[in-house]
Amino acid sequence: MPLKLYDLTAHELRELLTRREVSATEVCRAVFERLAEVEGTVQAYITLDRAGALARAEEVDRDLRAGRDLPLLAGIPFAIKDNICTRGLATTCASRMLHNFVPPYDATVIEKLNAQRAVIIGKTNMDEFAMGSSTEHSAYFTTRNPWAPDRVPGGSSGGSAAAVAAGTAVCALGSDTGGSIRQPAAFCGVVGMKPTYGLVSRYGLVAFASSLDQIGPLTRDFTDCALVLNAICGPDERDSTSAPGGTGDYTAFLLDDVRGLRLGLPREYLGDGLDEGVRRIVLEAAAVFAQRGAHVEEVTLPHTEYALPTYYLIAPAEASSNLARYDGVRYGYRAPVTGDAVDMFKATRSRGFGAEVKRRVMLGTYALSAGYYDAYYLKALKVRTLIRRDFEQAFEKFDLLLAPTTPEPAFRIGDKTEDPIKMYLSDMFTLAVNLAGLPAVSLPGGFLDGLPVGIQLIGKPFAEGTLLRAGYAFQQTTDHHRRQPALTGEILHAAGGGSPKDENGSLFPGEGRR
Amino acid sequence: MNGYEAVIGLEVHVELKTDSKIFCHSSTAFGGAQNRQVCPVCLGLPGTLPVLNRQVVEYGIRVALALNCEVARFCKFDRKHYFYPDLPKNYQISQYDLPLAYDGHLDFRTDDGEQHRCRIVRVHMEEDAGKLIHRNENAKAPYALVDYNRTGVPLLEIVSGPDIRSAEAARAYLVELKTVIQYTGVSDCKMEEGSLRCDANVSVRPRGSEVLGTKTEIKNLNSFRAVHKALDYEIKRQISVYEAGGRVVQETRSWDEEKGVTVPMRSKEEADDYRYFPDPDLVPLVISQSWIDKIQQDLPELPEARRRRYRKEYGLSAYDAQVLTMFRETAEYFEECVRLYPHPKTVANWVMGDLARLLNAEQVEIGDCRVRPGQLAALLRLIDAGTISGKIAKEILEEMFASGKDPQAVVAEKDLVQITDADTLGTLVDEVLANHPGPVQDYRQGKTKALGFLVGQVMKATRGKANPALVNALLKEKLDR
Repeated sequence: MPLKLYDLTAHELRELLTRREVSATEVCRAVFERLAEVEGTVQAYITLDRAGALARAEEVDRDLRAGRDLPLLAGIPFAIKDNICTRGLATTCASRMLHNFVPPYDATVIEKLNAQRAVIIGKTNMDEFAMGSSTEHSAYFTTRNPWAPDRVPGGSSGGSAAAVAAGTAVCALGSDTGGSIRQPAAFCGVVGMKPTYGLVSRYGLVAFASSLDQIGPLTRDFTDCALVLNAICGPDERDSTSAPGGTGDYTAFLLDDVRGLRLGLPREYLGDGLDEGVRRIVLEAAAVFAQRGAHVEEVTLPHTEYALPTYYLIAPAEASSNLARYDGVRYGYRAPVTGDAVDMFKATRSRGFGAEVKRRVMLGTYALSAGYYDAYYLKALKVRTLIRRDFEQAFEKFDLLLAPTTPEPAFRIGDKTEDPIKMYLSDMFTLAVNLAGLPAVSLPGGFLDGLPVGIQLIGKPFAEGTLLRAGYAFQQTTDHHRRQPALTGEILHAAGGGSPKDENGSLFPGEGRR
Repeated sequence: MNGYEAVIGLEVHVELKTDSKIFCHSSTAFGGAQNRQVCPVCLGLPGTLPVLNRQVVEYGIRVALALNCEVARFCKFDRKHYFYPDLPKNYQISQYDLPLAYDGHLDFRTDDGEQHRCRIVRVHMEEDAGKLIHRNENAKAPYALVDYNRTGVPLLEIVSGPDIRSAEAARAYLVELKTVIQYTGVSDCKMEEGSLRCDANVSVRPRGSEVLGTKTEIKNLNSFRAVHKALDYEIKRQISVYEAGGRVVQETRSWDEEKGVTVPMRSKEEADDYRYFPDPDLVPLVISQSWIDKIQQDLPELPEARRRRYRKEYGLSAYDAQVLTMFRETAEYFEECVRLYPHPKTVANWVMGDLARLLNAEQVEIGDCRVRPGQLAALLRLIDAGTISGKIAKEILEEMFASGKDPQAVVAEKDLVQITDADTLGTLVDEVLANHPGPVQDYRQGKTKALGFLVGQVMKATRGKANPALVNALLKEKLDR
């Protein structure tokens, strides 16, 4: 069987590139060939940048030929979630509202990837403005799970996770507000890390809920996770909430040794609502860690049940404010109306936003309204403190917590779109981490009926190193992360996919991809 | 007004003259080409984040201390939401429940000489909005244009207590506030350019009552005069409503300068719910005591302290002290002159009189005046030395003002040295007496006024260069002989 370049990890490609066994251009072409093969099925990307990617790859090859030292991610194909601003490349947030928005600047993480000379393949599909758990709330189309194209890839960073799983990118960036990196990573069988709040600059990440949003890597293994994290983390004077201080080299934590690590199994994450098969996989993972010399014990996080209602007050409240700027005045979609400015705002926002975004904007507006603020928003802030304290107490005894990432494996497309609460419950094990600002990672823990199942490691603030150490050791012992979906070149015609969602039929003429 | 008392509180917005905006690097310069002083951050483009400009905080603390406020050691920024096309994020970053400073006061004097004290409830920082431009209001163009240059320019909002009792006191408060802020050097406070804006809350109640009446808020007050006139109008309007047995509606009203009336803008029922909440993109601001102390130390002497000193040390009148301290530059100019020529009253007369007249006529700021304090002092010393007369000195000052030359040089160039030689003047006096027998006779018959005419003739003959005292003495001597 010939070498499939698109199936390798970044560090494996790095070896081949520095040994001059392959060129960055060959790697890039391999990815675009893979795209031609499977993208019709997977539909991970909203925008592809073939010309830009090849130009960058050729530039890297010139330097390789000249014998220059290159950064570790030079020539590595990346997929970028479409809510991370890329100068000159459309950044739509999978929303009609920003269908024509081309940022005049790069997000800090993009500047950092450019400094690494990474190759950006394109911008990936997501739930509109990152609000959702399946990409079904994209204004354009639903991305397919590469393991089972009738199932969702998870969300909101579903396109990024699917691209890494399908071989249409080697690494990806996503954003995680309540599980939006970890949940799709779990559904697609890849490693997805949400760093500590403040570790990675949010400058250029289109805000959903500012106090919860965090950019993070989606990769095929922990070595790649460490490499990408090294590249994107660090203080940024353009983001007041970015954490000061240096971070060191995360690859130093890739030790294959968990002896003495204290692992807590939160009781509340293994109870009601959890699929039996998923529970078994989590307990098997706990056994692997124990076998490798970690101490595993049960722990309690008593306020866990309040995480979901707390999240669904704080996140929509911030979203209602962050999304106020989309009014049709300066950029993006403007509804054609006659009347005054207020008429224009109303029409633009009514037609420019999808149903889920409008639901959350209304929820958040209500929670912040005079007379309701104390009962909802302020109360939620107090509960948020209690949830954070739960974790602080747990971390007095433990180095890490081990939990499921999701209550069940990837669900079928259409299964939860009718019932928002069912959809929200898909994130029940990931939300609390964002409320507490902690780092957490989802990694492949096993399979159920051919579908990947993610397990989640949660760490103390800025303990990404510990997550990497435990995850790396787990992957040295197991091979779940080496399995690849049996995607063929055959185009699957599953229900509903293919063309962008367009209620009016006028906004997106022709195909959905630009 | 009889039987009624007005209760007034003022909300003043001051534009801080930092080089860059409050949350980004864009320039704050006034009058630049439209939409050129903008960047992704102040335009509120998706994904951008605000970063607080430290200079804004420093300027804010300076004003707060000058207004005798407590500076908060811990404060934060909040988002105030309303939809308007000149507000790029559709929220304004402001401060809500934890402002920069609070509990201060401002002392001021009304024109009748009465001293007042008004509480300062709070001072907070916020960002300015842009400007809507209506191309042709008459044609009702179906669009408006927006200039975002002003968006993100730092503002300080200064909220007074409801302690002001008349339109005149409101005007005087505002003048004093402007003076104090200008002293701190953080703002130009030009109402005509909008770097100082004022909204007024006003209600009336029966004199002696402790209960507050229903208030209205007056907007569009673009000059000190407008503040005075609008409040005068509004107080009378509210009284007449009560007199007619009606009730005042809580509402926002706009001052119509042309018609001289206030007109309703929107009522309380339509008032916005701003949905304030802490801005999650900005971290709380922790201000160290040492920073506050440093700023306090660096504060200039403020107008009220200066006025007290001028009265006490220089023996000036309250009026002179008030005029000389109106602008920090004037006060500093005056003091520098006094340092070089220690006769405060004389210096005051020249600075407030001839120099002020020239500055006004030519629209020159005292800081740009070509007559430097040392030169004015030299001019005054020439008078004392008898080299020139006071009258000639005025002419010389004009020449100095125009050319920037030293007084000695002007005197030499124009041959303006005073004639103090009794022999030369004696000859001239004799000629004048011989040529004007009528007035001479008048004088000798007791009409002493005629002396003035005769002095004038001598001065005329010398083109003003004769020493007037000497002329006087010589004339008297010869006439009384």
